[in-house]
Parts: sequence; structure tokens; C-alpha cells
Amino acid sequence: MADTHVAGHSAVAHQFASMEQQREAGTLGMWAFLITEIMFFGGLFLAYIIYRARDPEAFAAASGELNWKLGGINTVVLICSSLTMVLAVYYVQTGASRRTQIAFLAATIALGGTFLVVKGFEYHEKFVVGHIPIPGFFKWTGHGDPQHVQIFYWMYFAMTGVHALHMIIGIGVMSVLIYMCYRGRFSPEYYAPVEISGLYWHFVDIVWIFLFPLLYLVGAHEGH
Amino acid sequence: MAEHVIPRKVYFSVFVALLVLTGVTVWIANINLKALNAIVALTIAVVKGTLVVLYFMHVRYSSRLTWVFVAAGFFWLGIMVALTLSDYITRGWIPFFPQ
Repeated sequence: MADTHVAGHSAVAHQFASMEQQREAGTLGMWAFLITEIMFFGGLFLAYIIYRARDPEAFAAASGELNWKLGGINTVVLICSSLTMVLAVYYVQTGASRRTQIAFLAATIALGGTFLVVKGFEYHEKFVVGHIPIPGFFKWTGHGDPQHVQIFYWMYFAMTGVHALHMIIGIGVMSVLIYMCYRGRFSPEYYAPVEISGLYWHFVDIVWIFLFPLLYLVGAHEGH
Repeated sequence: MAEHVIPRKVYFSVFVALLVLTGVTVWIANINLKALNAIVALTIAVVKGTLVVLYFMHVRYSSRLTWVFVAAGFFWLGIMVALTLSDYITRGWIPFFPQ
């Protein structure tokens, strides 16, 4: 078992007794990191909940100005990217051809890129109409206390901005995976980097699953 | 060894469920249920998130220790939200500092 070699590297590092132990250590380490991420985004969600509770009307009015169709398209794009990611893990696990593995990783990157491009258009639209919460720049003619509306937009840019940063990092990680895959570093025996990067990618997807209704849909039923 | 390779069918089913739930959340958001809107939206998001954690992140097929890690993460998030909100919501209930 321990002398299984993959491209010159032993699949089980010398500090582990078995592949199973090595896998579990990797998974737990990644989850420990993801828990810090849960806390990080959790703080932002908590701030959102508190400010929204103070003035739900202003938040609904501000949310109504966001383009929920673009937000919805991005939700679908991210769910698709999670599927391609999980299939990439599957094809590495089952030892499919390198071309198949790379294709699914590349598809994940492409979908992540699509998400960021759509986000870019949304940010641009906000810039054009003056919904960037900067003193002297922010313009608001709709319902609701403009100050509280600004808090909504502050939350919107902070949360989607940090989320987009995670997407960019995720795309970087995927690029490294493609390179490793190209060099033949993975096998059905050793695929931890793909599995663990997948955990990260799905986590970023989950954050968006919560951001979408909280940011885009809270004002939908107000009618606009 | 026998690392669990989950059949693709499971992934496709979860994928379809996530898309359907996204559709449902958009549909319900456009109906005025007053305070219920936020609760319904969050419930659907929690269901979607749970599906991703259990199946795409393979937690359902992972060891007990992984379960403990994951549960602890969300439990501590719960502590943070519950304690903070119990402060904000109850401010002004007791006239501790009369104005």
C-alpha cells in the first residue's frame, strides 16, 4: 500500500499510517479552515440581519433596485460550476482520462469566470446610477431613509466583493489543479488536492446561496 | 481503502434539486407573505446549503470526526447569531437605564 507511487511521489506521506488516515487529516484540515470562513462570512451576515431589523423598509427598497434576474442567472451559473467541480472529483477518483479531468476543471473555471463577468456588469450598473455608498457620490431618489439604504449598499458591496475575491482565488486554485492534472499528479489512489479544493469551491457556492435571497429578493414582493 | 465513490446519479439529482429550489425561492419572493418571506427564503437557503454540504462536499459519506467538525462550525455560528440577537432584540425591554 505505502509503496504505491504516483509520478515519483509516494501516495501516502511518511507521517501517515494509511491512505485513509491521510485523507481524513486532509479533509479535517480543510474543514478547520472552512470553519474560520464560516465565522468570517457569518459576521457579515449577522451585521446584515441587525441592520435589516432596524429598517426593513429601506432594505427592501434598496434591494428592489438590484437586478434579481442577473443575480438569479449567477446563482444558476454557480450551481452548474459546483456540478462540474464535483464531477471533476468523480473523474479523478475513477481514473478517467486526463483530458476529461482537465475539461471539467476548465469548465469550472469558465463558469466561475462567467459569474465574475456578470457581477462586473452589475457593479458597473450600480456605478452608473450612483448607488455606490461613498459620501458625495451616492444618489438615492427612491423610498426609504437614504442613510439606511446606503448601509444596505455597503453590506451589498462588502459581501459580494469578498465573495468575488473568494471566486478569484478559487479560479487560481483550479488553474493550479489543471497544471497538476496535466503533469499526471493525480490517480484514483491520490487525488486529495482536487477533493479539498472542491470543498472550498462548494463553500463559496453556499455563501452565494445565502447572499442571493438576502440581497436580491428581500424587496421583490414590494413590486417595482 | 474503499474510498466511497458516489455515483454520478446522486450529483445530478442534487443539482436538479438545487435548480428547482432556486426557482421556488424566486417565485415565493414575489408573493407578499409579509414577515414570512424572510423565513421562507432562509429555510430554502438552509435546505440548499445542507444539500451541498452533505452530497457535493461528501460529508454524508465522511467519518464521524468530520461530522463533528462540520457541526461544531455551524453550532458556533449559531451561538454568535443567537447571543448577539438576544442582546439587540431585548434592548429596551427592561428600563435599566431610564431615559
